[in-house]
Amino acid sequence: MSRQDRGDAPLALAEGLAAGYGGTLVISGVRFAVGRGERVGVLGPNGGGKTTLFRVLLGELGASAGRVQTAVAVASLPQTERSRLDFPVSALDVALMGTLALLPWWRRPGRQERRRAHEALDAVGLDEEARAPFGELSGGQRQRVLIARALVQDAELLLLDEPFSGLDAASAERLEGLLACLADERRGMMIATHDLEQARGWDRVLCLNRAQVAFGPPAEVLTRPTIERTYGAELVEVAPESGATALAILPPHHHPRDHHHDHDHDAP
Amino acid sequence: MIGFLLDPWGDPILVRAFAEVALLAVAGGVLGSWIVVYGLSYGAESLAHGLLPGLVLAALIGAPLLLGAAAGLVAATAGVALAARAPGVSRDTGVAVAVTSLFGLGVLLALSASSPPGLRELLFGDVLGLTTGDLMLAGGLVAALTGALALLHPRLLAVGFDRSAASALGVSPLLADGALLVALSLAILVCVQGLGNLLAVALLVGPAAGARLLASRMATMIALAVGLGVAGGVAGLYLSFHLDTAAGASIAGAVVVVYAAAAAVSTVKHHERTATRGLE
Repeated sequence: MSRQDRGDAPLALAEGLAAGYGGTLVISGVRFAVGRGERVGVLGPNGGGKTTLFRVLLGELGASAGRVQTAVAVASLPQTERSRLDFPVSALDVALMGTLALLPWWRRPGRQERRRAHEALDAVGLDEEARAPFGELSGGQRQRVLIARALVQDAELLLLDEPFSGLDAASAERLEGLLACLADERRGMMIATHDLEQARGWDRVLCLNRAQVAFGPPAEVLTRPTIERTYGAELVEVAPESGATALAILPPHHHPRDHHHDHDHDAP
Repeated sequence: MIGFLLDPWGDPILVRAFAEVALLAVAGGVLGSWIVVYGLSYGAESLAHGLLPGLVLAALIGAPLLLGAAAGLVAATAGVALAARAPGVSRDTGVAVAVTSLFGLGVLLALSASSPPGLRELLFGDVLGLTTGDLMLAGGLVAALTGALALLHPRLLAVGFDRSAASALGVSPLLADGALLVALSLAILVCVQGLGNLLAVALLVGPAAGARLLASRMATMIALAVGLGVAGGVAGLYLSFHLDTAAGASIAGAVVVVYAAAAAVSTVKHHERTATRGLE
């Protein structure tokens, strides 16, 4: 497995990081490193600060305390269900957006850029859908188009916001395979998810519930006490088909009190 | 029938009106498409209405209307921006209060004793009263507007599609918004002269909203919006010529009909598509 221990500098590094909006801290005490070829699962309840952390890594939001460093091109892969689905763009249009990072502001993407966009769509197995409206693709295909955009952008660190939510088993498996390929290409990934079992297959896990709860290899981090501290006491045991006991998280609360936490996406 | 179509063309006033309407349709279609996909229709209307005091003041002191409209726009933009930030009220409420106040101020000024031009022309424009110079100026503004938006097209697309990822792609959402706002001001300036500030919004939003229902790519949507705008504008002028109705209002009415037609076509297409899917 390709790892940080090759001596490379990490793709992202946070030390004592705190951030928030208008004087209210959303996250604090965040400390982690993402090495080349690593997949880092980011776990935590809705409103736990995953989106805020991603915004800091993208450079959209400053750190209130501590320090954060991302030495490379970072790509953001947002959830695609919420809106944008009726936005008039094709899959190719979306992939082409990745070229903007490399072009001066007055240049429009030309033939060379279109070729690169096609190659990236081909790499994620979607070149045949290049002309399809983005909103008419399946959830898994949309995530793959966003990955193609990150490839065109030549991003080395990809921030994925719950890419597996709403995918059927086949699409999820295909996406998981694609993420493994990206890791082989020595790209780093931070993947927000609610799926503990899936995160066990990745290289590192970051547990975030306003403050950082834990960071490390999944085998060390994903213990019952840590998970309970991450999600509050919302754990139930379920027995999957294999017969082994697994932990599952109850659906997030929707008390009015919690409501403002759920919307740190919308914060200014 | 041929006479019905050709009669208006014998009149130079109407020929200029046709040219102006075509220009407005281009500006409205190109910019309107962005306004609609960015969800700025309400803001566009606010600006168009809020600039009235500037127009009226220019008319009162005898300055060029275009200059007055520009000053009015700056004031309206500032007012709307400030009102949107007012604490304790929602953004929409703040904007509505600011716009209504400005509009009311404009009407008050226009009703003052020394008001020479009358309010009507400012509200509804005078597409039949344009000089060749007015047309050339409008043509220049429309060319600048279309060129700038074509240049910025890929970046506007990136921000509109996915604001949160735009800065990671090296595109500033703030700059995209700013560029659209400047373009919007330019377009309103062009439209106000021909259609007045009440009806300018019709050509800016109507055709684009119709095109949105039919197109699945931005470039197609823009082309369609221009086409629908020209169709509505020309139909409105014919209507006005033959039925002797007010030109600006006839154009706005025709644009609404064009939008309804686009909505009908879109509904039929949608049903056909779901029907074919059902068969698969």
